[in-house]
Amino acid sequence: MDTGTPQGMSPNGTAGAIAPAGLSLGAAMRRSEAIALPLLALIAGLAAFGAFLLALGKSPIDFYGYVFQAGFGSTFSWENTLSRAAPLLLAALCVAIPARLGLVVIGGEGAIVLGGVAAGVTGASFPGLGLGGIVMMALAGALTGALWIGAVGWMRVRRGVNETISSLLMAYIAIALMNHFVESVFRDPASLNKPSTAPLEAAYRLADMPGMAVHWGLGIGLVACIVSYIVMERTTWGFAARIVGGNVRAAQIQGLPTGRLILGFTALAGGFAGLAGMVEVSAVHGIANGSLAAGYGYTGILIAFLARHNALAIIPVAVLLAGFEASSGLVQRRMDLPDATMLVLQGLVFVAILVSETLVGRFRLFKPETWVRA
Amino acid sequence: MNGFDIGWWGVPIAIFGGAIRVSTPFIFVSLGECLTERSGRINLGLEGTLVFGAMAGYAVAFHTGSPWAGVAAAAFAGMVFGLLHGWLCSLPKVNDIAVGIALMLFGTGIAFFLGKPYIQPVAPDLPAIPLGWWTDIPQLEAALRVNVLFVVGAILAFVMAWMFKATRIGLIVRVVGDSTDAARAMGLDPNWVRLWSTAAGGALAGIGGAYLSLYYPGSWNEGISSGQGLMAVALVIFARWNPINCLWAALLFGGAGALGPALQSVGVSEGYYLFFAAPYVLTLGLLVATSSPTQAISGAPGELSITK
Repeated sequence: MDTGTPQGMSPNGTAGAIAPAGLSLGAAMRRSEAIALPLLALIAGLAAFGAFLLALGKSPIDFYGYVFQAGFGSTFSWENTLSRAAPLLLAALCVAIPARLGLVVIGGEGAIVLGGVAAGVTGASFPGLGLGGIVMMALAGALTGALWIGAVGWMRVRRGVNETISSLLMAYIAIALMNHFVESVFRDPASLNKPSTAPLEAAYRLADMPGMAVHWGLGIGLVACIVSYIVMERTTWGFAARIVGGNVRAAQIQGLPTGRLILGFTALAGGFAGLAGMVEVSAVHGIANGSLAAGYGYTGILIAFLARHNALAIIPVAVLLAGFEASSGLVQRRMDLPDATMLVLQGLVFVAILVSETLVGRFRLFKPETWVRA
Repeated sequence: MNGFDIGWWGVPIAIFGGAIRVSTPFIFVSLGECLTERSGRINLGLEGTLVFGAMAGYAVAFHTGSPWAGVAAAAFAGMVFGLLHGWLCSLPKVNDIAVGIALMLFGTGIAFFLGKPYIQPVAPDLPAIPLGWWTDIPQLEAALRVNVLFVVGAILAFVMAWMFKATRIGLIVRVVGDSTDAARAMGLDPNWVRLWSTAAGGALAGIGGAYLSLYYPGSWNEGISSGQGLMAVALVIFARWNPINCLWAALLFGGAGALGPALQSVGVSEGYYLFFAAPYVLTLGLLVATSSPTQAISGAPGELSITK
């Protein structure tokens, strides 16, 4: 691979090589690696998927053309994409936040479906409270999600149970619980074909944000990402959490409350996922039913890994993947591809992003010493 | 044999029969995972391998008319997934848990993608496929059809235990799993051993998938596996990386999985979905009960990332 190192530049700064200007450029280049490598991996994954389509006798150019058209080609498609991005932003946070503490939590789907049920039941049980009702629904969803993923953190801290396995098992349990709730306990007798909770009143449906046909779920998701970024990168809590993620023993020796940090941040992560369920119920479905298990939790895993668990980077990545999901219907109809097409694409991109990890630090282009002597 | 269907006695009988039927994929996936983990690597992607094996086995059995060709194809497909996992993990700085998640999603996705044409053809050929391969086996009871693969899996558990204990291959896998440095000092190539342990584990998981689509439930659809591959990973921890314990644990999990249908068969439909959750709750409960926050789990391979 061409690293693009300019000619005549010494690879290793030799004699007294600490020139401030060059160093800051080098630091900038080193930071840019964190963006360039995932981008490269994304392109490689998309190219691999193009090859897969070619092998099936389909045109990758048509495919990406339709994706652009249906995901980003017009105001309507942008609005569609951004509406779909809302739950993905929150679902990705459920992976990214625990990842900063060194935990791989992949069961956000469970918190999403139970948060959605909790929000739907709350909204249907307490009618006529206006905005207060929406706040109650949001709290119910977030609290349920926080308890659900917080329990994963608790099992990790108190019993040493691997969080990856436990969270995914909890996701299966959550989906069974959701089915139980919407089929029996909280079932609206009027829902015949598809068992659901009672429909929400109009005042409990999240409205569109001003100036666009995108519901407030996007605003909630964006705020959640920004708040998470500030908490993780600019507060002592976030700093402590990142130390736990870097080296648990060092954190313990420093006297950091590792157990409470893990509990708190897994609960926060689960709260965001539960909020995603609330957004889906309040803004999209108006009822809680099996449609809540739409796989947002799993797409969120990929988004978080592509964003390298950086809460701000989640925003563009989530919008991109939401665009792919928005185009799924058009691609299926026009190119006669099955609905699992996007799963294959996501899987290939995921593998590519993990392979790119091995390239970290391999390119001279991104090494500060490359840029030290100008 | 109809006498067993009378009243509540039907429940334990159905659970017992169901345990044998439901446990077979658990046996294969957990033995595969056991082998992989004993070499010091974890493959969380076996869920994807299981689903892909189910699809590949069903498709090949459909086209060739031979279910055994389907099983062979599923094993081969599983091996390819295992090799892919093993190769990705051998790259520096690549995390085996993350690769497992990626391949879980990729395997499931590509199985759904390629398997679309095989959801419909239930019609003429397929009902005959499962019939051919268990009739040689003496039926324990009319209601309990013991599949050949269950017997193979049970024997394999003992063979694998013997392999770990008494053979050179078993020793090599164990050394690599317990200490990369010791393995290097012995002149072994840890990555090579792990690659093929993962490949063999993937092949076993593929066979487990073929059992799902070719025998029980016996058709290919997108809901064919509901976390069996993942539960098998947890099951290996519970079984303390001992293949024979894997067999007993698989039977226990199979019984838990059969609880819901068994109760339904005697007319208990209340809380059906809660009984459906029983195997997951059991898995989680066992993990909580048998893990420890302070000390390493006894019997764990030293190089295993999940218990470090």
